[in-house]
Amino acid sequence: MGNTSSMLTQYDIEEVQQHCNHTFSQQEIVSLYQRFCQLDRSGGGFISAEEFMSVPEFAVNPLSQRLLRILDGLNFKEFVAFLSAFSSRATLQQKIEFIFKVYDSDCNGKVTFNDVLDVLRDLTGSFISEQQRQQVLTHVLEEAGYTMDSSLVLSDFVKILGNSGLKMEVEVPVD
Amino acid sequence: MSELRSSSSEMDLDRPNIEEYLTVSSIHETSHDEKLLLRDLLDISPTLTEAAGAIVDDSFTRCFKSNPPEPWNWNVYLFPLWCLGVVVRYGILFPARVIVLAVGWIVFLSSFIPVNFLLRGHDKLRRKLERILVELMCSVFVASWTGVVRYHGPRPSMRPRQVFVANHTSMIDFIILEQMTAFAVIMQKHPGWVGLLQSTILESVGCIWFNRSEAKDREIVARKLRGHIQDPDNNPLLIFPEGTCVNNHYTVMFKKGAFELGCTVCPIAIKYNKIFVDAFWNSKKQSFTMHLLRLMTSWAVVCDVWYLEPQNLKPGESPIEFAERVRNIISVRAGLKMVPWDGYLKYSRPSPKHTERKQQSFAESVLKRLEEK
Repeated sequence: MGNTSSMLTQYDIEEVQQHCNHTFSQQEIVSLYQRFCQLDRSGGGFISAEEFMSVPEFAVNPLSQRLLRILDGLNFKEFVAFLSAFSSRATLQQKIEFIFKVYDSDCNGKVTFNDVLDVLRDLTGSFISEQQRQQVLTHVLEEAGYTMDSSLVLSDFVKILGNSGLKMEVEVPVD
Repeated sequence: MSELRSSSSEMDLDRPNIEEYLTVSSIHETSHDEKLLLRDLLDISPTLTEAAGAIVDDSFTRCFKSNPPEPWNWNVYLFPLWCLGVVVRYGILFPARVIVLAVGWIVFLSSFIPVNFLLRGHDKLRRKLERILVELMCSVFVASWTGVVRYHGPRPSMRPRQVFVANHTSMIDFIILEQMTAFAVIMQKHPGWVGLLQSTILESVGCIWFNRSEAKDREIVARKLRGHIQDPDNNPLLIFPEGTCVNNHYTVMFKKGAFELGCTVCPIAIKYNKIFVDAFWNSKKQSFTMHLLRLMTSWAVVCDVWYLEPQNLKPGESPIEFAERVRNIISVRAGLKMVPWDGYLKYSRPSPKHTERKQQSFAESVLKRLEEK
C-alpha cells in the first residue's frame, strides 16, 4: 500500500548512504526519511528554521539558534549528513569535526577566543556575567597552554577532545 | 514575534510545573570535584546530542501524529472482499447514514426551534426539553458512524460543585459523552458550521466558548466557570483540560484551571479502538467536516468510556499536583502514556524559561568547578 517509505528506491537509499559515508543503515535511512517528511510540513523538500523550531524539545535547546544556521533549509541528503555525526558508526574524528563546525561560525577553519565565548554565552545565558565568562575562558585557555589571541584549528580540537571519552550518539528508531 | 511573546508569557501562568519534568541531561555530567579544563568547556557534545535527538524523534510530535492503519496482508482472496467492503461502506452505509443524520436534524430542528421560542416563560421545562433534544441529536450523530460505545461506571448526576474532566482525541468525544448526559462543555470557539452550532444550540445547554489565544477570554471563562458550578440546576460541567486533541496514545499536560475551582473532579477516560478507523482529529490537516465524513464511511467507531472515581484536592496538594494525579488516573485507565508537554505548544513556542533553566544548571556547574582549583 502507498507507504511513504516506498517512495525511496534502493538507488536513492544507496546514494544517500554514499553521501553520509555509510554511517546509517538502509533501515535507518528509511526511518529518517519518514521523520524528514514529518518535519517538512510545507512539503517543499527541505526543512526551514521555523519547522525545526516547531519541535519544542529542539526549541528549548540552548544551542538551537546556533544550530539553525547550519540546519536552515536542509534537503534530505544534507539532513542525513548533518545527523551522521551522531551515528554510532561515525568516527571520533567525524564527531570532533562536527563540533568544530559548530564553533567555527564564519567557516574559516579557525576558532577564535570570541567564537568560544559566543558558544559559552549561549550555554550559560545571563547566569554568568560577561566579565566572568571572559575570565573563566582566559583562565582555562592559559592552563591548556593557549593565550587569548591564539586561534584554535581542527587539530587542536582533536588534541583537546580526542581522549575525553566523547559520547555523542543518537539512536535512530527503526520499526 | 512580539505577539508570540505576549501570548507565551500569558500561558506561563498555566505551566509552572513543566520544568520539573524537563531532562537536565544537557548538564555536563563530569564529576564535580575535578578541576575545570579547557576540554570541559569545549565539549558541547551533550547539548548537541540532545538537539539531534529531538530532531530524530521527539515525544511532542508523536502526540499529534495520526497513525496509519495497519496494512492488510494482501492476497488474492482478500482483495475482492476489500472491494466489496468499499462498495458496502460508500454505496450503502454512507447514504443510509446521511439519511439518518438528515432525518435527525429535521426532527431536532423542528422541535428545538418551537421549544426555544414558545417556552420562553417556562425556563425549567424549556431547559429540560432542550437537554433531551441535544442528547437525542448526539445519539443520532453517534448512530451516523455506528458508534459502538461501552460506558463503564455510574452515569454522571447533576449536582453542584463538581466538574468532569476527560482526555481529548476529537470533537466526537464531546458527542459521545453528550448522548448520555447533557454536559455543559468548555471548548475552543470553532469557525464554520460548528461555530454556528456552538453559538446557537449548544449555548442552551450552558456551554462556554473561548478563544485559545485571547487573554481576555480566559478571565471571562474563569468567572463563568465559577458561577456555573454553584448552581445545582445547571448541567454538569465538562472540561477537556488538555486543551487540544491528542492522538489517543498519549496525554499531554492538564491545564490547572479545572482543578483550582475547589470542587470535586470526576475523571472520565476515553479510549478508542482503532480497528476500523482512527478517531484522532488532526485539526491542522483536516476540517471537522472531513473528519466526520471519514468516520461516516468507516464500518464503525468503537470506543470505551470509563466514569472514574471522583477525586478531591488532598490537604497540602497544589492544583497542579492534583491535575497530575487525575491525569495519571485517566492515563492508567485508558492505557495512555503521559508526556510533560503543554498541548498549546502546537500553536506557540516554549517559553524561554526552559532554556534558561538549562543555562543556569550549566553555569552553576562551571562556576562550582572553577572554585575547585
